Amino acid sequence: MYRRRGVYRRLGVYRRLVGAQVRSHSAYRASFAIDLATNALIPIIDLIAVLAMFQVTRTLGGFDIVQVLVMYALAATSFAIADLAVGNIERIRFYVRQGLLDAVLVRPLSALGQLLAVDFTIRRVARIAVVLVVLSLAVSRAGVDWTPGRVALIVIAPLSGAVFFSALFVGTATVAFWWIESGEFANAFTYGGRDFTSYPITVYSGFFRRVFAFSLGFAFVGYYPALTLLGMTDPLGLPSWAGWLSPLVSMAAAGVAGLVWRLGIRHYRSTGS
Amino acid sequence: MSADAVIDARALRKEFIVRRSAGRFRRTRHAVAAVDGVDLRVERGELLGYIGPNGAGKSTTLKMLTGVLMPTGGEVRVCGLVPVTQRRRLAARIGVVFGQRSQLWWDLPLRDSFELARHVWQVPAADHAARLRPLRTQLDLDGFLDTPVRQLSLGQRMRGELTIALLHGPEVLFLDEPTIGLDVVSKQAVRAFLTDLRDRGDTTVVLTTHDLADIERLCRRLVVIDHGRVVHDGTLAALHERYGSRRRVVVELDEPLETAVKLPGVTQESSSADGRLITYSLDGSKTTAGALVARLAGLASLRDISVSEPEIEDVIARLYRAVAAPPPRSPSI
Repeated sequence: MYRRRGVYRRLGVYRRLVGAQVRSHSAYRASFAIDLATNALIPIIDLIAVLAMFQVTRTLGGFDIVQVLVMYALAATSFAIADLAVGNIERIRFYVRQGLLDAVLVRPLSALGQLLAVDFTIRRVARIAVVLVVLSLAVSRAGVDWTPGRVALIVIAPLSGAVFFSALFVGTATVAFWWIESGEFANAFTYGGRDFTSYPITVYSGFFRRVFAFSLGFAFVGYYPALTLLGMTDPLGLPSWAGWLSPLVSMAAAGVAGLVWRLGIRHYRSTGS
Repeated sequence: MSADAVIDARALRKEFIVRRSAGRFRRTRHAVAAVDGVDLRVERGELLGYIGPNGAGKSTTLKMLTGVLMPTGGEVRVCGLVPVTQRRRLAARIGVVFGQRSQLWWDLPLRDSFELARHVWQVPAADHAARLRPLRTQLDLDGFLDTPVRQLSLGQRMRGELTIALLHGPEVLFLDEPTIGLDVVSKQAVRAFLTDLRDRGDTTVVLTTHDLADIERLCRRLVVIDHGRVVHDGTLAALHERYGSRRRVVVELDEPLETAVKLPGVTQESSSADGRLITYSLDGSKTTAGALVARLAGLASLRDISVSEPEIEDVIARLYRAVAAPPPRSPSI
């Protein structure tokens, strides 16, 4: 009981930190509107890229346009939620380089939680709105046979995919603790991962597919949940319930990311004086 | 470890890996010890000046004591806690002012930062108000409480930083160069505040500084480090004694002395105005100004006497020069 009150109170603190951030930025209202619009455009451009593929082919990796769009929309929703929640962790590079983490570490709060709260940018919410529209259109056109399980899955899959991408954001951004000039290293995995999951993994082959789809777990963000939703069999031979593995894969990824973060923070070097 | 030591560090060490280019493509890795075996015990209520030249390891030590940096070796407890592993519990019990790393919200009025701090440190509203009220008068904050932090002068901001560091009633206050860059008035305000805090005796204070006036006015105990090692730990007087700094006595006589004064510990430094103005330097361990004046009074009639205290600048400069000799140890790995 006491513990639960503590958790609520602590969440209240982070909410206030976010609020302070929003107030700090309210001076720049014009740029906020522009940012919101730009953010809505980004997933639309991605969507056009996927649709463009179908100008030259009727199937992609053995899937038609609606099926591919379900995969794309699941992955894009996952990414958009993760990007809103933890995408700003990529700014850790600047904090580490300039030693700004000092001020964060002397407060009695989680360092990760503070970093996410103080750089929180609500404008990314526009992306979620856009991809949710795409997801509902794709699912309604795909003629899903709605069982209670599938209804649950359409909610769980994007959330667990969001956890997966969040783990990826945190895990790769943490590299900055060891490698200050890490540059675009993290983006290669996060944005690269988003692009990878936008298509059925059957379009990739061999080593590349084994590493990204299975070793790193990207197949469980869009591809397998989509197959389970659509009631399709996997040409690669996994059972039809493989989509339900998605939360487990995400938990594992989150566990690894948490470990990497804890190691990283102990490697923090700060800067002179 | 004793219960009443608020800070207890044994053989504290921090190495940084530095890469140097060796040839066109090869780079070698060296471990450089920024802090090289520091032992430090601070009792409750002490005010400790932690001083040393640039790059001596002052900030690195402070960052290890506050849980920001993980020590490479040694043991450290602050308030009985291990700083990095119990960082959050420790943060609730210490206050930190790192001049260059503001705790204030840049774009918000100063008042808002204090309010946010109340929630971050989970201070009951009544306690918060009770602590803020005296700080507002002591640090004269009322004129700029509603000004966004980015518009504050450096002196105003530092007063804000001190306030936010104290609002949760910390047991230990760590200050990294609290007076650096401040104008004379702000420096005096900060110093007066810290003197008061010291005299109340319920907050332990550790401060690093380059400001000699800070040292003279505030620090009863000085720990001097250089190249990551403690080279002096004691009072300012002990430092003077150890580095042979001397008080000077200048006497003005009606007529020159017929015989020079010979007293153990007294050296005649100069004589001018036909021997009627003489400067002596005293070795404080062997004699006193009183003994010298008594002897002089027996030899001649004194017109004027002045005694000048040793200049702390001289002591510190001498100290830094003395310890500058050994090169930093940098074992290659």
